[in-house]
Amino acid sequence: MASESGYIYMDHAATTAVDPRVVEAMRPYFSEKYGNPSSIHRLGVETRAAVESARATVARILNAKPSEIIFTSCGTESDNLALRGIGYSGRGKHIITTPIEHHAVGSTCEQLADVFGFSVTYLPVDEYGLVDPADVERAITEDTCLISVMYANNEVGTVEPLAEIGEIAQEEGVTLHTDAVQAAGNLSLDVEALGVDLLSLSGHKFYAPKGVGVLYVREGTELVPVQAGGGHERNLRAGTENVPYIVGLAKALELAHEGMEDNVARLTSLRDRLIAGVLDSIPDVRLTGHPTRRLANSASFVFEGIEGEAIVTHLDHAGVAASTGSACASEAEEPSFVLSAMGLRDRLAQSSLRLTLGRENTEDDVDYVLSILPGIVRNLRNLSPFYD
Amino acid sequence: MYTDVVLDHFSNPRNVGTMENPDGYAKVESSACGDLMEMYIKVDDGRISDIKYRTFGCAAAIASSSIASEVIKGQPLEVAEMITDEEIIEALGGLPDIKRHCSILAASALHKALEDYYKKHAEAHSKAEV
Repeated sequence: MASESGYIYMDHAATTAVDPRVVEAMRPYFSEKYGNPSSIHRLGVETRAAVESARATVARILNAKPSEIIFTSCGTESDNLALRGIGYSGRGKHIITTPIEHHAVGSTCEQLADVFGFSVTYLPVDEYGLVDPADVERAITEDTCLISVMYANNEVGTVEPLAEIGEIAQEEGVTLHTDAVQAAGNLSLDVEALGVDLLSLSGHKFYAPKGVGVLYVREGTELVPVQAGGGHERNLRAGTENVPYIVGLAKALELAHEGMEDNVARLTSLRDRLIAGVLDSIPDVRLTGHPTRRLANSASFVFEGIEGEAIVTHLDHAGVAASTGSACASEAEEPSFVLSAMGLRDRLAQSSLRLTLGRENTEDDVDYVLSILPGIVRNLRNLSPFYD
Repeated sequence: MYTDVVLDHFSNPRNVGTMENPDGYAKVESSACGDLMEMYIKVDDGRISDIKYRTFGCAAAIASSSIASEVIKGQPLEVAEMITDEEIIEALGGLPDIKRHCSILAASALHKALEDYYKKHAEAHSKAEV
């Protein structure tokens, strides 16, 4: 449902509101239970128990061991720790990744190449943004230390064949990392089924606050810590644990995964209503990303002849929060690199709109968007020298 | 991120369209962002009597085009020549820093359209410098 202000939020891939139940779970850990988990007095024992209970919760949902869960400050930090942690270990100087990763992976790979002399293979993606596992196998060399392939793309929602890549990585004995930031609450995070060694999560994508993340590190996967200091988080992430946020993240992940099946079914039906409505009512529009292998909450399009930023500004004016693609890049003026990698020409790659649904969205919200979007597109096209 | 003036001009852009047999025409593309604007002007008695344009771009580019068309329409050529992107930004009540180049698109479309007009009317205006 629309919020009380009447504003409809359809940008859940950018961030989510903190669930009130999560706020409640966090509340005691600010001013009552404030001990440092490393302290040996009762206040420390109390918060240590809270952190370890949160770790156990996350581990259960990931089908992992608690000792394999590292709490970080965000998804970007988790990605950096995974890539640099392996990169700095001296196991090899070749990384395999995709051209459609979030900047947290993409820019880290660039730096590892530019500053540290790594060679990086960017796997091709097809028109839907899908990686072919056979290409992963072909790209592996003796010098390959890491494969990093995102679980689901943030701009177009395409879900990668991660389990198949996991099988290849395990057969070849190469460490596999996945940025699963968009997957939490949408897809199974079972690390055994996926065959991943490293997996990044970000709390604020699943109704926990901003400023807390997770890196799953499979037992036996040796990482060089990026942040040195005290021996927190198995020596992998120094810094006093952010107790309330860690508690909040675990609570949010629990809520997201206990109701996942129903939520995914509901969102899939809303998403399909939205996609069908847009494709039926607007000419010269294309769905981007895979038609079926996509996140339940993600609908993304390109519109001939107009710019995505202008559509988003109109939608905002009409009371709908949307995005052109990655929120992190929406101030950038370049065409989406994800859409370019999928083979879209520049002008179309500039015309993207992403609508990502969440728990509070209803059929009425979708119908409202469908009632205003055709007019917005028509008006912008009347203005456009590229649409007659 | 946008002022009310920007949002007003973006939502209700003025003077949109094309023109048959314009006295001056220009099509300019921003190398920074791929935005594109085409402008048509009509000149009568040394004044810009009519102006039309079409713009492919963001809200700032569209609003800049619209407000520039309002500022320009009816002006003597020598006044129009002097209009800068700073004035367009000012008329809009400001633009976010990363969007300032959008105002340059409108100003340079105007200057190019005037150039085209002078070229076509070289004999009438020996000073073709813009």
